[in-house]
Amino acid sequence: MNNLLWLIPVLPLFGFLILGLTGKHLSRFWVAIIGAGSVSLSAIITFIVGISFLALPPASGHYSQTLWTWIQVADFNSRITLFLDALSLVFVFVITFVGALIHIYSVAFMAKDKDYSRFFACMNLFVFSMLLLVLADNLLLLYLGWEGVGLCSYLLIGFWYENPVNGYAARKAFIITRVGDTAMAIGLFVIFYQFGTLVISDVLVKAPALWHQGASMATVTALLLLAGGVGKSAQLPLQTWLPDAMAGPSPVSALIHAATMVTAGVYLIARMHVIFQLSPVAQMIVATIGAATLVIAGFSALTQYDIKRVLAYSTISQIGYMFLALGIGAWTAAIFHFMIHAFFKALLFLAAGAVIEALHHEHNMFKMGGLKNKLPVIFWTFLIGSASLAALPLISAGFYSKDQILWYTWASRDGNPLFWFIAFLGALITAAYTTRMMILTFWGEAKTEPGHQPGKLMTIPLIILAFFSVFAGFIELPHNFGHFRPFSNLLQQILPETVLKTTLNSELLFQLLAFLATFGGIYLAYVFYYKQPQRIEKLRQSKLVKNLYIFWFSGWGFDQFYQVLVVKPIVFIASINKNDVVDKIYQGIELVTERLYRFLSFTQSGSLRWYIMGLVVGAIIILSIQIML
Amino acid sequence: MKSSISIEMIMLLAALLFVLGLVGVVIRKNIIFMLLAVEIMLNASGLAFVAAGSRWAQPDGQVMFIFILAMAAAEVSVGLALILQIYHQHKSLDIDKLKEMKG
Repeated sequence: MNNLLWLIPVLPLFGFLILGLTGKHLSRFWVAIIGAGSVSLSAIITFIVGISFLALPPASGHYSQTLWTWIQVADFNSRITLFLDALSLVFVFVITFVGALIHIYSVAFMAKDKDYSRFFACMNLFVFSMLLLVLADNLLLLYLGWEGVGLCSYLLIGFWYENPVNGYAARKAFIITRVGDTAMAIGLFVIFYQFGTLVISDVLVKAPALWHQGASMATVTALLLLAGGVGKSAQLPLQTWLPDAMAGPSPVSALIHAATMVTAGVYLIARMHVIFQLSPVAQMIVATIGAATLVIAGFSALTQYDIKRVLAYSTISQIGYMFLALGIGAWTAAIFHFMIHAFFKALLFLAAGAVIEALHHEHNMFKMGGLKNKLPVIFWTFLIGSASLAALPLISAGFYSKDQILWYTWASRDGNPLFWFIAFLGALITAAYTTRMMILTFWGEAKTEPGHQPGKLMTIPLIILAFFSVFAGFIELPHNFGHFRPFSNLLQQILPETVLKTTLNSELLFQLLAFLATFGGIYLAYVFYYKQPQRIEKLRQSKLVKNLYIFWFSGWGFDQFYQVLVVKPIVFIASINKNDVVDKIYQGIELVTERLYRFLSFTQSGSLRWYIMGLVVGAIIILSIQIML
Repeated sequence: MKSSISIEMIMLLAALLFVLGLVGVVIRKNIIFMLLAVEIMLNASGLAFVAAGSRWAQPDGQVMFIFILAMAAAEVSVGLALILQIYHQHKSLDIDKLKEMKG
């Protein structure tokens, strides 16, 4: 089955090439077949490869397939080699499987769009780049995929480019992620300088030999890689692009800005975990960034009125959980949460897209309401997705993944009560904003009449994702519930096991506290938005709450901060330099030359007499100088 | 027979002739006369060479004079040909009317 590996990324690439080159001449039917078909085929091949990987684990722990040598310069060579181990298998599975469902959904969702083939071409290119990112065996190839997904993200955020706001959002996403990517590129240079290779497995083997525990080079490298991950995964302080990225079509938000691309940072850190383990400082920073991001984004999500922005902030917040888990050494918990998050967040975005479409492109939750009986399929799937996001105990997959992270923030050797408290608070906020979103959208009185019911092509992917949002959690049960952990057993082939503290409290206590967080959040939102909506009005009267609301709504003022700190000075300098300061030097040279030429051309009178006199006078001067000296 | 004229006198004569030619070139209007004046200057320098060669009893001075003669002949032939052309084109030999090369 090893030799099928190359087909997984190549199929979407072909899809992109066919659609990109001939898409204008294909009928919508064929565009849909090629666009959704290529990714679905990839998903099927992933299943086949995955099953063979699980059934007959290769002795080396990975499949690898070298296609050709990409770059060969002296000592440096970079091969196009695909590398599949348990970690990449999880990612490839999520990318192709969730990707295929989202493509199928898009066939119906984008049916009326005039740029049908462009949409699928970009989506296929995205899936290809993302697969390249997770299947790369060296960091250069990984970086190619990394930049490829950034490009596709830009193309798809600005998909409806006629509206300048969308173009602005696309540029914002591209430029902000570029900040992180630059740091990451420097990180790659450092790695190559230190190890003389970019092959990931070699680097991971050589790193502990070259660097001792806590070496400053390890910290520098880890932080540079972290900066790349922070940019891509929309973590503090580069998180401002993701809420604006919601300008793209809903399937794009579901696939790129929730399920896959934004978790590339999580993948990178998990993949390079040896380097992070060598630097406790960097680990601590990863955890701190994650913790800070998850609360900040959670509070922002509480105040949004645009349903997609709520989901965007919740994505930032959930990735914050993953970073927190990575930082405290709960590697498998982070990857588990990534997988579950991909299912329920893709589901939520797709369902939100269906709601928005049914309500004639209404994004404002306060203008929705009462959709419970009018869009039953969407209501139930959305409810399941929300339950997973809010980590509803026992029955939702989100509970199993998030509870694990909550437990490790306390129990892990690198965890501490502060991290636990932040994660606990985050869980409470998550439950609150999720319930608020549910109540505003589906309960209450109907403020907008839905136009039409979504078709089967849209509802079936929702139902499948809803199924996984419930049942995917059961592949990894907590220690005290039967200790059934095939998922982390699989990943522990590559990722180290979480080191626990020696003395531990009962895990059950923390699970009960997690119950409390979820139900507390749900109850808060229930009281304020359903039972007694006048109380939220009363709260809004107070000046403090009002200011806090505005502050949270604007995403903690990060946009304004960057506007003043970066955008304004750059625009100012650009406006000064509109006429090109450097060019002034050359213009000056040109001016002097021209003046001199005008002056000297005056002597070119054409009168022979003057020339001769010039000669004579010159000769006399030279001769007299000579005589005098 | 030994010359009793001193080298200084001959040099003075040559300088006189040279200045005479130079003044001719500068003040004359007609190109042919300017050419004539240039010939006088050439001869002045030739005289200086011959005198100097005789003073130091070296053949170089006479060799240089022959060069100057040859050059003068070439110069006259080219110069006259140019003057003919100028006359054809402008119907005039007045140097002040021929300011074509004005910058």
